[in-house]
Amino acid sequence: MSSRNSWLSLALMAAAIALVAFYAPEDANQGLSQKIFYFHVPIALTAYACFGWGAWKALRYLWRREEHYDLESYVAIHLGVIFGAMTLLTGSIWAKISWGVWWTWSSNQLVLFLVLFLFYSTYFMLRFSVEDGPMRANLSAVYALFGVVLIPISFLAIRLANDFIHPTVFTSAGPQMSGSMFATFCVCLAAFLALAASFYGIELAGKRLDAKLRELRELLSP
Amino acid sequence: MNYAGDVAALLRKDLLLELRAKETLPAMAIFVLAALTVFHFALPSGSSDLAADGLLWIAILFTALLGLSRAFVAEREQGVLDGLVMSPCDRSAIWLAKSLSALTFLVLVEAIALPAFSVFFAPVSLTTVAAVALADVGLCTVGTLLAAMAVASRTRELLLPLLFLPLALPIVVGGVGASVTANGGRYLGFLLVYDLVFAIICWASFEYVVAE
Amino acid sequence: MIHARGLSRRFGRKRVLDGVDLDLPESGFLLVTGPNGSGKTTLLRLCAGLLVPTGGSLEIAADRGEIGFLGHDPLVYRGLTALENLELYGRLYRVPERRERSGMLLERFGLWEVRNDRVASYSRGMIQRLSLCRALLHEPRLLLLDEPFNALDTAGAELLQRELAERRGATVVATHDPDRVSRLATARLAFA
Repeated sequence: MSSRNSWLSLALMAAAIALVAFYAPEDANQGLSQKIFYFHVPIALTAYACFGWGAWKALRYLWRREEHYDLESYVAIHLGVIFGAMTLLTGSIWAKISWGVWWTWSSNQLVLFLVLFLFYSTYFMLRFSVEDGPMRANLSAVYALFGVVLIPISFLAIRLANDFIHPTVFTSAGPQMSGSMFATFCVCLAAFLALAASFYGIELAGKRLDAKLRELRELLSP
Repeated sequence: MNYAGDVAALLRKDLLLELRAKETLPAMAIFVLAALTVFHFALPSGSSDLAADGLLWIAILFTALLGLSRAFVAEREQGVLDGLVMSPCDRSAIWLAKSLSALTFLVLVEAIALPAFSVFFAPVSLTTVAAVALADVGLCTVGTLLAAMAVASRTRELLLPLLFLPLALPIVVGGVGASVTANGGRYLGFLLVYDLVFAIICWASFEYVVAE
Repeated sequence: MIHARGLSRRFGRKRVLDGVDLDLPESGFLLVTGPNGSGKTTLLRLCAGLLVPTGGSLEIAADRGEIGFLGHDPLVYRGLTALENLELYGRLYRVPERRERSGMLLERFGLWEVRNDRVASYSRGMIQRLSLCRALLHEPRLLLLDEPFNALDTAGAELLQRELAERRGATVVATHDPDRVSRLATARLAFA
């Protein structure tokens, strides 16, 4: 199952790159650099999807108390943080290419990601400072749910804050998409979601294997 | 009603303990005054009054953090949290009582801090006071739950600020917005939404933070 | 009262309890012995509901309000007096006529004279006795005592022994000094 997933995501990614390189039109103002958009936004949306998936698994854990939900939640959030870091990176590159600065507070999306990145990084600090067991799973699950509630509230806060933080110098409105742009965007989005799903499956399988190995080792030792 | 009685008993206990120990409240009061003094030196001449308004919120944030880091100290030192958790009272009652006691301390300290701010920097508007009240609720409800999380971890005092700041960010936005912009009402509304949403989620999930 | 099958509990990598089977009837007295770190405390905390099993099953036929627990921590507020502590627990455990019951217990365990002094001023033995009062306050159907004789002086130990002898209801006592209660025990569990 997971190897078919991997092939699918590889194929999608290849298709996405091809489309971005050859099919999608060049932007009149920003030129080639605008094409980072096809990576930046899908990566951002994939990160949101990972955090949402992690929160769903967390909710399931609190409801059912089955250990595997805790692991699934953790892996999803782990992936979310990686994609979140990639979002910040691609966003920063885009800002540098487009406007000459490595960071801008005027991009609501970027600022939101910074806040979430900090929040979910703390998820790992929390997990590492509590011993493995039911309490750690409980705390992680509650924290993951807080995160998903924080996403819309933070977004609202950042929007409101624009009133009194200095007015935006750069407009960062998403480009209006033509048909070919939209098609390319969708393929890219599908590619990154498939990639995330593949990584999720692989990391989960790896961690389960680790756990099985540990169990066996315990059984064998006197 | 049992629930209200439990909350009242636990709240009374916290206030009684602080009344006798007199540790947390004086520390918070001195801290906030010291912070305001530091802010004076942190604002170069030519800074607007608005910058000072922003700093007021920093002061409140970190004073709340100071108080919250002490929230479960009595329970932790004597392992009493186990005793409360084992009892038939609803775990969310423990959270509610602790939030109310944290809120009480914070409000008492602000009764000193806000007049001091008015004297040191600029008068405080009614909107700001309303925002402070709403912000306090959010800070204490979320902060109490996070303090309980931190108690369960090895790194306690180190972890609480990390847990707290990202979640407190919307509160700071709401508070500063209410203080400095002309149309502060929107921000008060936002703070109200924050308070309601997070109070509900804290109330529902505290059970899982203190019991396995 | 207690029904455990294959009960296991691990902390991180370490497995502290492994496959414990246990049946304790309504008025049984279980004596748990074993060296330090062998899992006695973990078993009691599992029965008290402070921990959940990580393997196997554990059924306790008592609600939260019917279990009395004495662990390594006395679970009393040092900043409050004995009466205030018992008043709080009496309230939380819905003890009827809690003031009278508190007074009676304090008197029985020799703490009546110091009932209005803060616990911070108590000796270790006195704190342990107060903790016993707390555990017995609500007349628990299941009483769990983890090394209760450790911090008690001779007088306190005799009071506890008398209390245990008169007790109706299930009792579990973990101790590495079993002679004090071995004649009361209806069942034993020895950890290696």
